[in-house]
Amino acid sequence: MTPLLDDVRETWRRDRAWDFLSPRTSQKLDFSHGTALYLEDISVSFDGFKAINNLTLYIDAGELRCIIGPNGAGKTTMMDIITGKTRPDSGTAFFGQSIDLLRLSEPEIAELGIGRKFQKPTVFEFHNTFENLELAMSGDKRVWSILRAKLSGEQRDRIDEVLVTIGLQAHRYTQAGSLSHGQKQWLEIGMLLMQDPHLLLVDEPVAGMTHQEMDRTGELLTSLAGKHSVVVVEHDMDFVRSIANKVTVLHQGSVLSEGSMDKVQNDPQVKQVYLGE
Amino acid sequence: MSSHTLIKGDRDSQVFLSLLLVVAITLPALNLLVPEANPLHVSTYTVTLAGKYLTYGLLAIAVDLVWGYLGILSLGHAAFFALGGYAMGMHLMRQIGERGVYGNPILPDFMVFLDWQELPWFWYGMDHFWFAMIVVMLVPGLLAFVFGWLAFRSRVTGVYLSIITQALTYALMLAFFRNEMGFGGNNGLTDFKDILGFDLHTDATRVGLFLASAIALAMGYLACRYIVTSRLGRVAVAVRDAEDRTRFIGYRVEWVKLWLFTFSAVLAGIAGALYVPQAGIINPGEFSPLNSIEIVVWVAVGGRATLVGAVAGALMVNYGKSYFTAALPEMWLFALGGLFVLVTLFLPQGVIGLLRRKESLK
Amino acid sequence: MGITVSTPIHRLALVILALLLVAGSSPPSTAATSALDAALPLLEGRDLATKKQAVQLIATSGNDRAVIILDALVTGNLYFLKSDNSLVIAEKNGDSYLAKNALLGTEIGPVEKRGLKKIGINNALRSQIRDAIASLSLDHADRSIRLRAATQMLDNPSADTARLLRSALPQETDDDVRKVMQTAVSVADLASADTAARLAAIQQLAGNLHPTVRNQLLKLSENDKDDKTRTAARLALKEIDFKVDLYGKAEVLFFGISAGSVLVLAAIGLAITFGVMGVINMAHGELIMLGAYTTYLIQQLMPQHIGLSVLVAIPAAFVVSGLVGILIERSVIRFLYGRPLETLLATFGISLILQQLVRTLVSPQNVAVSNPGWMSGTLEINGVLSLAYNRLYIILFCLIVFMLLSLVLKRTPLGLQVRAVSQNRDMARAMGVRSARVDALTFGLGSGIAGVAGVALSQLTNVGPNLGQSYIIDSFMVVVFGGVGNLWGTLVGGLTLGIANKVLEPWAGAVLAKILVLVFIILFIQKRPRGLFPQKGRGAVN
Repeated sequence: MTPLLDDVRETWRRDRAWDFLSPRTSQKLDFSHGTALYLEDISVSFDGFKAINNLTLYIDAGELRCIIGPNGAGKTTMMDIITGKTRPDSGTAFFGQSIDLLRLSEPEIAELGIGRKFQKPTVFEFHNTFENLELAMSGDKRVWSILRAKLSGEQRDRIDEVLVTIGLQAHRYTQAGSLSHGQKQWLEIGMLLMQDPHLLLVDEPVAGMTHQEMDRTGELLTSLAGKHSVVVVEHDMDFVRSIANKVTVLHQGSVLSEGSMDKVQNDPQVKQVYLGE
Repeated sequence: MSSHTLIKGDRDSQVFLSLLLVVAITLPALNLLVPEANPLHVSTYTVTLAGKYLTYGLLAIAVDLVWGYLGILSLGHAAFFALGGYAMGMHLMRQIGERGVYGNPILPDFMVFLDWQELPWFWYGMDHFWFAMIVVMLVPGLLAFVFGWLAFRSRVTGVYLSIITQALTYALMLAFFRNEMGFGGNNGLTDFKDILGFDLHTDATRVGLFLASAIALAMGYLACRYIVTSRLGRVAVAVRDAEDRTRFIGYRVEWVKLWLFTFSAVLAGIAGALYVPQAGIINPGEFSPLNSIEIVVWVAVGGRATLVGAVAGALMVNYGKSYFTAALPEMWLFALGGLFVLVTLFLPQGVIGLLRRKESLK
Repeated sequence: MGITVSTPIHRLALVILALLLVAGSSPPSTAATSALDAALPLLEGRDLATKKQAVQLIATSGNDRAVIILDALVTGNLYFLKSDNSLVIAEKNGDSYLAKNALLGTEIGPVEKRGLKKIGINNALRSQIRDAIASLSLDHADRSIRLRAATQMLDNPSADTARLLRSALPQETDDDVRKVMQTAVSVADLASADTAARLAAIQQLAGNLHPTVRNQLLKLSENDKDDKTRTAARLALKEIDFKVDLYGKAEVLFFGISAGSVLVLAAIGLAITFGVMGVINMAHGELIMLGAYTTYLIQQLMPQHIGLSVLVAIPAAFVVSGLVGILIERSVIRFLYGRPLETLLATFGISLILQQLVRTLVSPQNVAVSNPGWMSGTLEINGVLSLAYNRLYIILFCLIVFMLLSLVLKRTPLGLQVRAVSQNRDMARAMGVRSARVDALTFGLGSGIAGVAGVALSQLTNVGPNLGQSYIIDSFMVVVFGGVGNLWGTLVGGLTLGIANKVLEPWAGAVLAKILVLVFIILFIQKRPRGLFPQKGRGAVN
């Protein structure tokens, strides 16, 4: 509410070195323990409604994790917290061993390598496909740099490569606004790829897709795992079953169950939540 | 990047700059070389009017940059224009020297009239042209920077931002109306004599100012063109269309907005500084919220996010204004008001958009 | 008028005169008339003793014109008309005199100076006459005359007034008058030679807010010979000053609340259209202006009933502005939903058109809107605090409008639909709410309220084509400050800004105060971009 005051308070804290003294990027990504993301005891409420309630969740490096849960389980809010859009009331969120996500802004988090695809596909409608990918490309994104930035041959190749990956090479110069819904979804995934993130947060990637498109998306996501950590939030159970080896069920803002798809499906608690038994 | 590569392949820019060049050559020529009796003679009044229009064009470009490309509807750009104008006005006031009514070598007339003994500190140095020119850019820029820093950091967007920019210019207007502010109060600054030693009332100086305006417009256009064709320009449009998304792919949206907003304010300040010696007066009325919103309409009429359209809009609307206020004064507000409504309802892309659509239909 | 209003007593007499004339005093009883008839001839001649007797007789005659005659005598306006030897009251008017029969009050017309014979008096007689006038007034049947007489005496304390007041006090039945009389006695006692009497008087006067009391105490605290008296006076002064300060603050608060009420009235319609529909209506100010002009037109239609006309104007303005609002919504705004910035521009254009329309159809100048009688005057709380009725009514009016609006939104089907649409347009539509109709009605409602605000404003400020412009920015500030889509926010925001303005005003001046408030809001928005009372829920966060 009063960021200025908070800033001041922050400088008074004795348990921490001042921000400007501590090296800006002790921010070395450190996945040495094999875990990419730590969320511990996170809670957040909106006007008394607990959207996230003591949520603890770990994502391994290179893992493909699916997160399911009924509406209002807190899936989107969780992503908001990881990407810096929402600040939790309590709890900690670390990226790797060393980076406290709660102290970083959205662009900083993005720069560190956490990419996000929104539930509703959001691409830059006015720009063409190529430009969308160009904008998403990792690199120096400060104002002065982007004023003078020019695409190198390598970068062009990289964009072309992604265009092929997402199957939109024919739509290179199509305005993103006139792409179909599925194409927009892919473009957004492509933009994620361009960011070259360590962790991809993918919110409902197959909504509105045909079966073939779904299969291709599944393939794409599984191929990304290993090199990247991928978190997929999805409602479509068939799709989740087809790609997931580990599933987390969220309910009322905390983890209800976790494990393989089969284990989760046979969990009586999960059955009760989903089927109201 | 040279200006040549900047406009290569862009027909709008080529046409615009050529036209500007033609006007910048013919108008002065017709004014200075053709005798007054000749029907082809262009009066100094017309040249000055055209010069003022060109500064409006620059102002429109400044607004187009932030509104058309960045999506910030500033209802306070007249404030930056006026601040630049005041800075220039202060310089011109100091140039009057002993030729004022009261003959005070240091104090401008209105200060003598108010019985002030000393020059206020913020008038120091304004007698130097170079210093005044720095102030012309610095003050609007600084105000925009501070205001923008506060507003963008707190993510004040959309209509909220528009409203507080309007409040800003309104507050400034009230402030400048006060005599205590030291800017001539209600009457503003006027009775200028000369600029850089040239008598402001001669044809040659007038033509010189007109040319300066044309050059400023061309430079401003090229600078904006450079920005909007850069990746920064594409990011700006991305911010306009999907701000959150831009943030999530790692752009510091606040800084993008802040720098463009500041740059735009500086452009507006320069436009104001060129406007004042040609208009011969600057007063607090320039801060009025109506002025700011009129600029927006110029841009809307011409077509936003086109730069060229902004200039075209500024010229068309102001020509209309000059025509109406002379011929049918009571009709002007009807016409302007109607223009607001019609453009937003039927011409969202402005005149340029209309032309482009026609072209693509062919 | 050629009279110079010099002494307070004189002023008092004039007031009484006016009162009597207005009241159309009943014909004097015959007994009273005859007593007066007997007294008047005694005024002739030079013998002061006879004149003294005459004054006595006039004073005790019980005739209603006694006060007037005595007053004329003391101010030197009483003459004998040489032609018929009747007594006249004459005032110089250019070269001649305007004369009135002293007994009957009938006009005689201009008289040459030569035709008049002045009745001279000396100082002793003068003070006797003043006493007589004062005690006549103190005994007068009309409470207000007694009150005024006592107040005048309070302002000009002397041993004589104290004596008169003391004798009048026991008969006095009215509490207010008694209070003033007692204060006047105490004030007169402050000048008493007896220290104990002075101390007692100080005790009596502690905390009294009449300006004379403070002046006299101040004198006493500085000049009195007696230490104890000085200290007591100083203490009493302190108490008075404390109270004055307190009431001064109360007055600022009152001004602030009334200014705030105006802001709330102007902004509350905007809060509805902005909050519910996300529509920035820049023509809101002009809808207010239309309301003010409706008041003007209605007054033109019924010039005999100004008081009633304002009441008639309220529903009329609501209808006029409301209909114009609906027209704007149906013809322009509905095509621009979801494009708030465009709406802003289009409605701004409409505002220009409406302004010019009024300039062309009515007049480019301000028009005169009269205030009904019941709006003028002040409610006096005490010596330092008085509340102007028009401000009081504005506050009241604002609260009534606020409550009615809350009721409409909370209790009526339209209100339910409006709230539904404002929270989730798509869902509401899916539930069968005809959102287009709701939009039009909401906009009409907001606009109608603007018209009603215009009626109120017409009673406070100049009504002209620019009326709306001067309020639109303030209104937006209120809405933005209070938080969008929240009536309470508008109320609290408006009142806060009004009070802030008035608190700053004496310190910074009106213009600077306004600038400071604007700057404050600009900074405030940085801290709380959604205002004091932001719209709640997850939808608002995103």
